[in-house]
Amino acid sequence: MNNYLLWRLSTLLFTMFLASVAVFSIMRILPGDIAALTLSGGGEVAYSIEVWEALREEWGLNDSLILQYGRWLWSMVNGDFGGQSLLYGQPIQTLVARQLPVTLSLTLYTVALSLLVSVPLGILAALKWNRWQDYMVRLATLPGQALPNFWIALLLLLGLVFCFRWSPPIIYTHLWENLWNHFQMLILPVLLLTWGYSSHIVRVTRASILDTMQEDYIRTARAKGLSESQITIKHALRTALAPIVTVLGLQFGVLLGGTLILEYIFGLPGLGRGLIQAALARDYPVVQSFVTLLVFAILSVNLIVDLIYRAVDPRTSFVDDK
Amino acid sequence: MKFKWLVRKKPLALVCGAMLMIILFLAIFADLLPLQNPVAHNIPSQFESPGHEFFFGTDNFGQDVFSRIIYGSRSSLYIAITSVVLGTLLGTLVGMISAYWGGWIDLVFQRVVDMLLGFPILVLAVFIVVALGPSAHAVMIAIAVAVMPQIARLSRSRALVVKEETFILAARATGASPLRIVLRHILPHTISPVLVYATGYVGTALIAESALSFLHLGVPPPDPSWGAMLYDGWIYLEAAPWLTIFPGIALSITAFSFVFLGDALRDVLDPRTRVHL
Repeated sequence: MNNYLLWRLSTLLFTMFLASVAVFSIMRILPGDIAALTLSGGGEVAYSIEVWEALREEWGLNDSLILQYGRWLWSMVNGDFGGQSLLYGQPIQTLVARQLPVTLSLTLYTVALSLLVSVPLGILAALKWNRWQDYMVRLATLPGQALPNFWIALLLLLGLVFCFRWSPPIIYTHLWENLWNHFQMLILPVLLLTWGYSSHIVRVTRASILDTMQEDYIRTARAKGLSESQITIKHALRTALAPIVTVLGLQFGVLLGGTLILEYIFGLPGLGRGLIQAALARDYPVVQSFVTLLVFAILSVNLIVDLIYRAVDPRTSFVDDK
Repeated sequence: MKFKWLVRKKPLALVCGAMLMIILFLAIFADLLPLQNPVAHNIPSQFESPGHEFFFGTDNFGQDVFSRIIYGSRSSLYIAITSVVLGTLLGTLVGMISAYWGGWIDLVFQRVVDMLLGFPILVLAVFIVVALGPSAHAVMIAIAVAVMPQIARLSRSRALVVKEETFILAARATGASPLRIVLRHILPHTISPVLVYATGYVGTALIAESALSFLHLGVPPPDPSWGAMLYDGWIYLEAAPWLTIFPGIALSITAFSFVFLGDALRDVLDPRTRVHL
């Protein structure tokens, strides 16, 4: 177990290192100079050479790229997250601290709701294979990944405004401040994200259970006289769980991408909306840091999912199998 | 006979295929059709609801939504298809080479692919557009880079299986160069699943491109684009709902058709589910 864990951790670190290098260097291939672009506000404002040189010194742009990268990496690691936001003039740390809980809430609610909903639905579709329950479930999950969730969001808002004269609150409230407001703000994006996220989970659950139910040991259990529900839950599910866990991890990246645009539409002050606002304002430090943080989150989740997979699947062990 | 089988077993796929052909036809021959001018400002006619003259209504500049949808499909489809083709070509090559050569090439490629897979498509696209500036090329590169690792992983796993077949050994024994083996023997066996996924990815790419245009991080105006139209729809949501409804329907039908076609293609090409014809 420890060998595998160490191997996976080192792989994660190396991949993170690669990602940070990629993010850093792509930001540096900007055709213009960052200081010049920022000072000129995109070519509109004039500035003097002295101001430009001073800014370059302040930002350490005259040092070698490796040194700049090292400095940036260090600030990412020790919690500074890359310095100051150009747009707000605040440390990126503050922005992250403020926006992370929002995105975290959104993500956690979605994952929890998806699990609650998808696994039973997938099992239902598998057990009632090719009957109407199966078709209904497959029909419901098919568009989840094929339709633009931001359009569905707009349609929902449209429908709610016209039919119920209701629109979500504008000011964000945390869970502990005002539960009802919090619920109203988050219910729509969570439902939309759940639809997308669980579509894959349901289909994989269904396929996985279908496969598992064909196994011989299930026939044995049935011959022994166990009830169907016992068989499904105690025996089939344990083995079928592995691909489900895998797809949970794989779809997590898509989920984070979805939070980006839904936060923007529903006005939730999370990391996603922060990234978009930074991108629109060409706030390079924030874009650089946020992208790196998001990638790190996804890679970590993949690692955790992989470890869970190994622990859950009775067929795999933590033997070093390289 | 094959057609009748398709009609019976996969009617929805045929419908999707037909829809896509119509959409592509409209996109390519838009200039020849009797459409209103999509970019001419016509303020006296702004916010007309759908009717005789303007099938889907007009927007805040008085531009006909129907013709903007058709003209808008051009850039969206062009970007989506080109980027997926690029990403697929690159991904297939990377995957096959990685599988066949093995060793440290495989290790390095796998780490790079893992890293790229950690970027959600929208995040990657936003990032690249910020770095390169909003343009069609930036969006295309971004989507291609997002699609490439997915296809690479797929083609690598297929190639790993095919690599162990006897005919590969035979080819090597008769002196075929590695390049020839990869292109002539391994490639044909990896094409089927790759094609299935690639078709689905065109739908995803379409949605991603529209999301970028919606956020004003895609192709800059005044070219009509579905995403930008949806943004206008958002602003005037209550005043002019047709601005949101119709472009969204167009986008949804197109993306969905691609995804569904990919699914159906998998059922058609999978030898286990093929009906004996």
